[in-house]
Amino acid sequence: MEGHITPTKTYLAVFFALMVCTVLTYYVWTIDLGFFNVVVALGIAVFKASLVVTYFMHVKWSPILSKITVAISVIFLGILLLLTSMDYASRQWVPRNVGWENYPVLK
Amino acid sequence: MTDHSAEVRHHVEELNYLNNGWSWKSWLLTVDHKRIAILYLISITVFFVVGGIFAGLVRLELLTPQSDLLEPETYNKVFTLHGIVMIFFFLIPSVPATLGNFLVPIMIGAKDLAFPKINLLSWYLYVIAGLVGIVGIITGGVETGWTFYTPYSSTYSNGNVVTVAMAAFIAGFSSILTGLNFIVTIHKMRAPGLTWGRLPLFIWAHYATSLIQLLGTPVLAITLVLMMVERAFRVGFFDPALGGDPVLFQHLFWFYSHPAVYIMILPGMGVISEIVTCFSKKSVFGYPFIAGSSLAIAILGFFVWGHHMYVAGQSTYASLVFSLITFAVAVPSAVKVFNWTATMYKGSIRYETPMLYAMGFIGLFTIGGVTGVVCATMGIDLHIHDTYFIVAHFHYVMVGGMVMAFMGGLHFWWPKITGKMYDENWAKLSAALVFVGFNLTFFPQFILGYLGMPRRYAAYPEEFQVLHVLSTAGATVLAAGYLLPAFYFTDSILRGKKAPANPYNAKGLEWQIPSPPPTENFLTTPVVTEEVYAYAEAKEEKALV
Amino acid sequence: MSDAHVATVDQAHAHEAHVAHQFVNARQQYESGNLGMWLFLQTEIMFFGGMFAAYGVYRAWYPEAFKIASTATNVPLGAFNTVVLIVSSLTMALAVQSAQLGKQKRLVWMIILTMLFGAAFLGVKAIEYTEKWHHHHVPGPNFIWEKEGGREVQILYCLYFAMTGMHALHMVIGLGIMTWLLIAALKGRFSPSYYNPVEICGLYWHFVDIVWIFLFPLLYLI
Ligand SMILES: [Cu+2]
Repeated sequence: MEGHITPTKTYLAVFFALMVCTVLTYYVWTIDLGFFNVVVALGIAVFKASLVVTYFMHVKWSPILSKITVAISVIFLGILLLLTSMDYASRQWVPRNVGWENYPVLK
Repeated sequence: MTDHSAEVRHHVEELNYLNNGWSWKSWLLTVDHKRIAILYLISITVFFVVGGIFAGLVRLELLTPQSDLLEPETYNKVFTLHGIVMIFFFLIPSVPATLGNFLVPIMIGAKDLAFPKINLLSWYLYVIAGLVGIVGIITGGVETGWTFYTPYSSTYSNGNVVTVAMAAFIAGFSSILTGLNFIVTIHKMRAPGLTWGRLPLFIWAHYATSLIQLLGTPVLAITLVLMMVERAFRVGFFDPALGGDPVLFQHLFWFYSHPAVYIMILPGMGVISEIVTCFSKKSVFGYPFIAGSSLAIAILGFFVWGHHMYVAGQSTYASLVFSLITFAVAVPSAVKVFNWTATMYKGSIRYETPMLYAMGFIGLFTIGGVTGVVCATMGIDLHIHDTYFIVAHFHYVMVGGMVMAFMGGLHFWWPKITGKMYDENWAKLSAALVFVGFNLTFFPQFILGYLGMPRRYAAYPEEFQVLHVLSTAGATVLAAGYLLPAFYFTDSILRGKKAPANPYNAKGLEWQIPSPPPTENFLTTPVVTEEVYAYAEAKEEKALV
Repeated sequence: MSDAHVATVDQAHAHEAHVAHQFVNARQQYESGNLGMWLFLQTEIMFFGGMFAAYGVYRAWYPEAFKIASTATNVPLGAFNTVVLIVSSLTMALAVQSAQLGKQKRLVWMIILTMLFGAAFLGVKAIEYTEKWHHHHVPGPNFIWEKEGGREVQILYCLYFAMTGMHALHMVIGLGIMTWLLIAALKGRFSPSYYNPVEICGLYWHFVDIVWIFLFPLLYLI
């Protein structure tokens, strides 16, 4: 087939970048940044995943349809996470006298 | 229809997908999408009968205010199994796995789906799921309602929750594989000249449906897995006693199950689009809007699931957002209804059986859809939540909508699938019985719900009896309407007149090959040079606009 | 009505080797297979997405308990497994490249290496699981938590076992697929003109790697 053949050099470079990121994740975890520990760790993970998707999974050289498929996956995962968290983020805003305060989990 | 030379047609008629091999193996190991469609048709009919028997038991029990025919616990099992069987084993595969399987490759000019073996695998998964489900029913059934809400399902239920949920889980994979196959086929295997703007609306509807199957079903699968693990190992994912949140189960469950409602209606809308334009002898009005509204419904459908949880402990503010977006989904649905009506306007309408079903669909779906907006209103939902109003609403969409569309489509393509004509008079009688019986069954339930009759109870106050008796009487008429086709379709197969390739002068590739089609569908790859639905009246319509 | 049915392409004899009957040519088959795998991965993302949603909710509810609980996970083993999986992804990518270049021997070796690293990952996972079992950190009746917040901590462990267990199951399936791929490669089934199965299996393998890339920080670190 006429698929793009990625040179070994590129693969090794990506591999090296992934390794550096793993070490970085580990290092950042050892210092306490509070809430930003989560942000940094997830940021690095997203970056690593996008490296794998782009180079190892050849999305960079794939037809537009593969790119759209990846985008749709991310978008719908986002819908699931976002709309679910919309409920949890605003549950405490509930006006009083609804009776939910007695719900054991929310105490 | 004069272009086929007599000798070519003769040769083709001798060998078609039905008489190409008679052994069990040639059916059970077939990779021909048309034969798999027949396998699906037979199996979903079995489950339709099973689900129908459960429905009949429910209606019989509700004939009297006391819980006399069934114990309350048995009644809970019966309505639960009615829901599970009808939703997972009939409605979700109904049109896509039968008519869709048969027609999607033919309508786009392909020899088969992209992955014929996966198609067969999906039927086997369906059968395995069905068998697991039947085992679950025989060994005790389940009384959680089809929604499997935690912590009842995971902790308190005495039923056979794990087995039945496992059946739904496996059926989900069957559904995913069908959707995957359709999307790849529609993207990659269209005949030369068949651009996206020329795709039949049936294909657009199935494309949108498949998107939901791919993106929604896995979430249900993992949710059921977590629920089953919680029940089997007594660990906490959703159990509030163990620190979990039962509302989270509902979030994940409805993330699939609301869009699943569109898996159950979009293919039906595709069927209706085909029938309405054919029997109005007019090009469909607003093609891009009907096609686009299918996609819009599929996508918007993922933003609204919270409308099932207004009274479940969900934040009021989240409910508000879900409610608003739910109203928005009514828009693309209404666009379709307007366009079908506009298609019929000044068309030369032939009132043949498929058209009767289609017109029934448009009316009943409109009632079901509009009452859906009523249910989505937060304040009103507080009162009608878990009442018969909801039951009536979704039966208007599912039965008045999807089952009508399925019956309409089955009649419409019956000559193509079997190569035989059916008795038009009996079919019309059946359509009329279904329409009358359906309304008699479910319209009283709107009133019942509005008056405060809750769903899922075997006993009720005496003042509701009249409406319940009406409903049960309607169900009897409905059952008669559904039973009739069993006779005249059998008659059609045994003694029916031979069907021509295009009995209705319809447009579309499926009508240009013999009935029944040859195994390879097309002897040569068709090249499409015509616009979609190019009925002669198309020119007049332009003048009108 | 007849013009839409004009015969043009005669495909009866135009079929190349490896092209299934329903496809017109090898290109159509290649693109269909590729798209099919991508769509399958889409469903996989949503499948794991349900668990990530549950994780997010409970982490937001019980941040303290999660912090305590993650101190009991074995970070060195988790980090080691991360490295192992990344290496296996590299060898998998090189396997695809070998197939594209027609280097049969290298292809076989790359598949074997990928499988070895995959098996190593599962071995380490097994060690971790037994460790948890001995510490009574497996949710259920045997669960014991000496420090405070046992109820909330147990939720994290439920998620830990659900997510890593589901991931490990995908690894096992992956190893099965790779075995099939290895046999086909040994038979010399792949060539620069037909390497679609290698590429598709590779996509699956990389996806499983990506899931772990997220699981490691979420379950072991933060
Ligand atoms: Cu809904």
